[in-house]
Amino acid sequence: MQCPKCRAHMQTYNRSGVQIEQCGGCRGVFLDYGELEALTRLESQWSQPAPPPPGPAAQPYPPAPPAWGAPHHGHHGHHGRHKSFSRMLFSS
Amino acid sequence: MAHAPLIAHLAHRAALADAAASARPAAAGGTGRPVVLAERADATVVRGGSVVAKAHAPCGDLGRLALRLDVAAHPLLDRVLLAPLPAAESPWTGARETGEGPKRRLVDTLPDGRPVSLWPYGTPVDPGAPEAAPWEALGALLARLHAVPLAALPGALPPMRGPDKAVRALESLRRTVRRTAAARAVEAAWAALPAWTRDEAPPPRADALCHGDLHLGQLVRHPAPDGPWHLIDIDDLGLGDPAWDLARPAAWFATGLLAPADFGRFLDAYRAAGGTALPGGADGLPLDPWPRLDAPARALTVQLAARALVRAEAEGRAPDETDRALVDACSRIAGS
Repeated sequence: MQCPKCRAHMQTYNRSGVQIEQCGGCRGVFLDYGELEALTRLESQWSQPAPPPPGPAAQPYPPAPPAWGAPHHGHHGHHGRHKSFSRMLFSS
Repeated sequence: MAHAPLIAHLAHRAALADAAASARPAAAGGTGRPVVLAERADATVVRGGSVVAKAHAPCGDLGRLALRLDVAAHPLLDRVLLAPLPAAESPWTGARETGEGPKRRLVDTLPDGRPVSLWPYGTPVDPGAPEAAPWEALGALLARLHAVPLAALPGALPPMRGPDKAVRALESLRRTVRRTAAARAVEAAWAALPAWTRDEAPPPRADALCHGDLHLGQLVRHPAPDGPWHLIDIDDLGLGDPAWDLARPAAWFATGLLAPADFGRFLDAYRAAGGTALPGGADGLPLDPWPRLDAPARALTVQLAARALVRAEAEGRAPDETDRALVDACSRIAGS
């Protein structure tokens, strides 16, 4: 299809199962009916929990891990019973 | 591994000091059999009764070790670092210490030249129950260590040796482990670290007394068995960035191995005791610790991963779940 803004050709892309059209000229994106809602829904499923509300930059406790931290943080608590984990806690 | 004569020497030293402390003849057998508490390349530790004798790394700098022992014995470190016992009753025949004049000899040398120090025995954290680790006490001890006024301490303190230990872990990895994918991931993470964490540049700050090798084996209750907790092992003590001392628990937490609640208890206690490594907001609320902890926590993750691979190799086994969690963290460090 043609871009409604600059008339250049629009190419179809698939984003997580949602078809979107992007203009090769002005890079504008065209969404069909319901596609924006579908993308929003997908985003809410995949994104991390909502960031804390603005205000004092208080550190929530327990603190969040750094960017390179384990992706499924907190699910490894039972490591505490593993012998090798225990040994790591007690050595250089 | 240490030779039997070394252990015998240490046991003898500990038994003599124990006999002196408890006013009973050493030969009376009151101290029971000596117990080897640790036997590593860099230290051998033997307990005899109420006294522990430690042979430090051979070829170390004796003057620096003596200075570190002086710091541990200083009243400012009371109830923070375990204080050493006098190590030599006989006239000093070894190298000159710190030149500060006559003092108690806190370090002596064994016949093989290794330095030896003596300590009161303290009850350690139970390795079988790390979940009972005293995170609050650890946080408070570190806060007090980092707050010690440096001008009041004896002598010019050497640098804290944390980054040096990281370098040594990588050297050990290169020496002993094949170039597996895991070893390459550790190397790649190492290459991505800031220079100061690799001991190639001065740390961003060196204004605090730091432990340098903090882990749960560095805590004892003294007097045993239920006195207050103290930090032990002064071999890496010195001036540095205090964030380094928080960074090993931070690395355990970031790699998913330490429960968030435990890490939170540790940080809360450190802040509550006025710890200087972490920023506080103007409103008194704690700020994000990661800008301070991130670089040393990455370095300690790499160090832990290197040591884990070396240990797995020495034991002739594949890396286990804990080892792999550390290597995975290295892959993410290298890619971030």
